[in-house]
Amino acid sequence: MDQTLVSLFDLIYTIATLALVSAGLALVFGLMRVINLAHGEFIVLGGYATIVALQWGVNIWVAMLLVAPLTVGVFGLIVERLVIRWLYGRTVDTLLATWGLSLAMAGGLSMVFGSTTTGVPNPLGPLQLGSFQVGGYGVFLIALTVVLLLTMYLVLRHTRAGLVVRGAMQSAEVAAALGHSPQRIYLLTFVVGSMVSGLAGGVLAPLVGLTPNAGGQFIAKAFITVISGGSSVVAGTLSASVLLGTVSKFFELLATPVVGELALLISAVVLLRWLPQGITSRVFKGAA
Amino acid sequence: MKRTPTPPRARLRPWHGFAATALLLALAPLLVNDFTLTLLAIYALLALSLAFVWGIGGVLCFGQAAFYGLGAYTYAVVSINMGGSSVALLLGVAVAGAAALALGSMMFYGRIGDVYLGVITLVFTLLLFKYVSSTAGSAYAIGQAQLGGFNGIPGFPALNVPGLPDQPVYGLGLYAVVASALLACWGLLRWLCQTAFGRVLAGVRENELRAELSGYDVRLIKTLTFGLGGAVAGLAGVFFACWAEIVTPEVFSLGVSAEIIIWVLVGGLGTLWGPMLGAVLLGALKGWLGTQQGLDSGVVMGLLLMAVVLFLPRGVLPALLKLFRRPPPEGPANGR
Repeated sequence: MDQTLVSLFDLIYTIATLALVSAGLALVFGLMRVINLAHGEFIVLGGYATIVALQWGVNIWVAMLLVAPLTVGVFGLIVERLVIRWLYGRTVDTLLATWGLSLAMAGGLSMVFGSTTTGVPNPLGPLQLGSFQVGGYGVFLIALTVVLLLTMYLVLRHTRAGLVVRGAMQSAEVAAALGHSPQRIYLLTFVVGSMVSGLAGGVLAPLVGLTPNAGGQFIAKAFITVISGGSSVVAGTLSASVLLGTVSKFFELLATPVVGELALLISAVVLLRWLPQGITSRVFKGAA
Repeated sequence: MKRTPTPPRARLRPWHGFAATALLLALAPLLVNDFTLTLLAIYALLALSLAFVWGIGGVLCFGQAAFYGLGAYTYAVVSINMGGSSVALLLGVAVAGAAALALGSMMFYGRIGDVYLGVITLVFTLLLFKYVSSTAGSAYAIGQAQLGGFNGIPGFPALNVPGLPDQPVYGLGLYAVVASALLACWGLLRWLCQTAFGRVLAGVRENELRAELSGYDVRLIKTLTFGLGGAVAGLAGVFFACWAEIVTPEVFSLGVSAEIIIWVLVGGLGTLWGPMLGAVLLGALKGWLGTQQGLDSGVVMGLLLMAVVLFLPRGVLPALLKLFRRPPPEGPANGR
């Protein structure tokens, strides 16, 4: 019984990590059709922002939940103004330009911080679950992911701002005719997406040893989760995370973690072969 | 009124550039050491493969490194098991080409769009990188070859004269082999562009729907193009294995894929010679940057890629050429 609970917790934890890592990318891709290949480096930047803030004596919760999103948000603002805004509607060019950004950021980070692993202390101890222990930080991470996805859903679905954003993505011209500047909406969406990536980086910093080149691991998972999910931001991220997370965990229990990751990648490729527009092109169509 | 025929000597023919390149390749060892030159020629071959798939065929592959790495690993494994290099070389090319054909047929017959194609090729590369990196320990061996995980496979037989395993080819000899292969592949692909197949391919690139409505099987054409590109990249991988004398999972890394794309983009999309020149110039730049303290080559390459996409989407070399060349009076530009 307890064994099952712990396995279940592990599974939910895997799914939550996947969703957390993908949320920022999903926001930007789902709404703007812009794929940010530097997304992984945005996450890493959030992690390093947390580390630097900690070294300056900032409280760890403030560093993770405030400093990291704000830093990456400001960075996203600069990137949008300098690079992304010239490339709207040119998907392949955006891919290439953000890939360049990703290389440059990884190189820049390793010039500043050196290519060694930097750790962040884990602020929460273990929790008792029956006769087993689970990481308290894992519980926090799951809760945070749920709150984040729920907030994204409610804002997009039930607020005026969400309505305007979704409207601008459907038809920029109509939104402009109604007095909303599409340029500003794109900018804000990108900045919010960057902030979510930064938050993911800050929260994940205590769990993974950060290196400047760690972006590659994140981008692969985030990328395939978002693409497999399709265009609906929250429903797509959630359904793809559940599917891919379960597959990866299942094979991880059967064999090794590497086999789990391979199974995740292979199932994503197979999924895209049958549903090239992602899961939400068939089910949950039209959800936010 | 009499028509005046255009004087025949005024126009550049493809073989002019071909001959000039051959001459340049032959004279280059006088100026630069053959170790560096061989690597640059391998880069050029790799750039050529993507220039064909992307520039001529219009298929943007984010994972050209996968076929490059497959060629290198196949060569290493087979040459250890067989002792000689001839079969290993052929198998390296064949495995890379077959993998590209298989992946290509899956994607093109599934009618997968641009962005998703990029994702799948990217994921394919990551998959190989992850798998090969995890193959440490004696459980992972193909015949007598230990895959060696992150440390790779060292100490496999070098390229040798066909049929004579005791006669290794290295140094200037290896350069000569790579340079001839480069010329041969360039000639082959250039010739292919002029055949009926090449013209249909150009048609597919320019307007896929129209080509399809005219009765051409776009899926087959794209798959074949992708497979051929994969085989050429595999050949580059085989030569890289011979040059480096060790293969590591690094050949599958995203950085390599990114670099190939940068070469092609800087050299100019739609030509074959431009990307090759881009690969040589940027490869030399990267080698020079490697000797500089405190400046990461990733920063330079990344900024370069961004700048090219933003300011010179047709490529750096074509833009430079345009400054020096008057517009051609008639007929298609002889750029390819």
